[in-house]
Amino acid sequence: MLDFEALTKSSGEWLKGVGPESDVVVSSRIRLARNLDRFPFPPQTSDAIRGEVEAVLRGPVVEVLPPGSMGYVRVDPLETLDRQFLVERQLISREHSEAKGPRGAGIGPQESMSLMVNEEDHLRMQVLRSGLALDECWQEINRIDDELQQQVNFAFNEEFGYLTSCPTNVGTGMRVSVMLHLPALVMTKEIQKVFQSMHKMSLAVRGLYGEGSQAMGDFYQISNQMTLGKSEQQIIKSMQQVIPDVLEYERRTRREMVKDNRSKLHDKVSRALGILQSARTITSEETMHLLSSLRLGINLGLIDGIEIPTINELFIHTQPAHLQKLSGTPMESSDRNAARASHIRLRLAPVEPTSEGE
Amino acid sequence: MSRARLTRDDTMKKCMRCTKPATLHITEIQLGQAQVVHLCETCAQKYLSSTEVGGMPSMQMEDDEAVSESEAEGVALAAEEVEEDSPEVSCGGCGITFKQFRSVGRLGCPQCYTSFHDDLQSLLESIHQDTQHVGKCPPQTSANTLRHHELMRLRSELKASIERENYEEAARIRDQIQVIEAQAASSGESPAE
Repeated sequence: MLDFEALTKSSGEWLKGVGPESDVVVSSRIRLARNLDRFPFPPQTSDAIRGEVEAVLRGPVVEVLPPGSMGYVRVDPLETLDRQFLVERQLISREHSEAKGPRGAGIGPQESMSLMVNEEDHLRMQVLRSGLALDECWQEINRIDDELQQQVNFAFNEEFGYLTSCPTNVGTGMRVSVMLHLPALVMTKEIQKVFQSMHKMSLAVRGLYGEGSQAMGDFYQISNQMTLGKSEQQIIKSMQQVIPDVLEYERRTRREMVKDNRSKLHDKVSRALGILQSARTITSEETMHLLSSLRLGINLGLIDGIEIPTINELFIHTQPAHLQKLSGTPMESSDRNAARASHIRLRLAPVEPTSEGE
Repeated sequence: MSRARLTRDDTMKKCMRCTKPATLHITEIQLGQAQVVHLCETCAQKYLSSTEVGGMPSMQMEDDEAVSESEAEGVALAAEEVEEDSPEVSCGGCGITFKQFRSVGRLGCPQCYTSFHDDLQSLLESIHQDTQHVGKCPPQTSANTLRHHELMRLRSELKASIERENYEEAARIRDQIQVIEAQAASSGESPAE
């Protein structure tokens, strides 16, 4: 059983902010969609069948979890708040949280892996790493997939590859995504050009929590859309060719902003810190916005004494379900805004401001 | 089996296929014999992609590359025409119809991919711009299938590198294709297609 108490107080490996290119790349993620042959897909079936699928997959899933894993949790009996907490933590998807019937998730060590049973497909596996680390993600998930295939037969045909509930995932069943923090491109509105060029390359751009979510805190996930007709390595390689250009674009824009208007930018990020350190009530939206400025300020050396992982963690820990789990009680929105402000004040205890100008 | 080495210069040799100056010089090494082919950019593109038939490409350049492509397009068009007015077929595995799939956007079961094969094929073509899996396969997949997939993958890479005008890479990929085709032939398999 999953230890929510411990989870609430910790944070995942992928928030460490240490991986390659971590000034812009928050995390890398690869997920594979797999289905058992001879069972209908979860969205189109009964709870009885979902129960059978869960019973077939639970054992193998638990078995392939690496040592030090957090274990397997049945998601359907959980309270809404706990499910929302797991979504905020990116351990399960929103779809999985809101799906019907028997379902569960195996959570790997340091929250870097999650194997969801009865999401939109019978099995959705994901591996997360901090920074730009797609090869590592692939090695790990490929190994897990190999091990599972020793025990279960996945629906596959030689023409269309791994068969999935939605034809947009068929073939490799693979979604490769990289989460980027792009505050400078947003501030200068250059981000539109990134959208356009990603679109031309058939790559999707989504917000922090994937499909349909707003780009909160200037976080964007870039991912492949085509899953058929290319090998896993080809898909990964084409992402690895595109991402460095986006990173360079963001960095160049940051440098230009510093060069052209250092004092204005310094003022903006310092004010963000000031509000976060002193506000008594604050919405989630404002928090995301200010934390984004602060993260930029730290990366540009305009703010000292606060570590990137602290900011990364605050992005997650100030989400509604996290605040309620941290305080141990359900709260209305206005109470949450007060609790959020107080949590942030504690984590961002004042630091010496860097000397003006220089 | 051949090994190609490719150099690029403009010594103003004439292309062996047309009247334009040759800018690419491909050294084919086959059975210990070296043979240099001098080609212009356009003919080199055709030359490198023509090796799909396997073995040393014939020196008589065949001009029907374009034909096979328009044939492929014809097939895709035909697949698109299939849909809409075809009578309601339901999947033998789960009972949903293609119309129901269209309205919810999710298929009912793995068997749907067989039941609605033709309709899905044209849909997949528009989503993925491809209809053939070339990635990872389950452990029990036969060597023939794996080779077939590998060939499909290499051919699409070959096409892409020719489009990028990266002929060095194209020549290397073409060699790989020939190696795999030779393996297929020696294992008694009919040429994959």
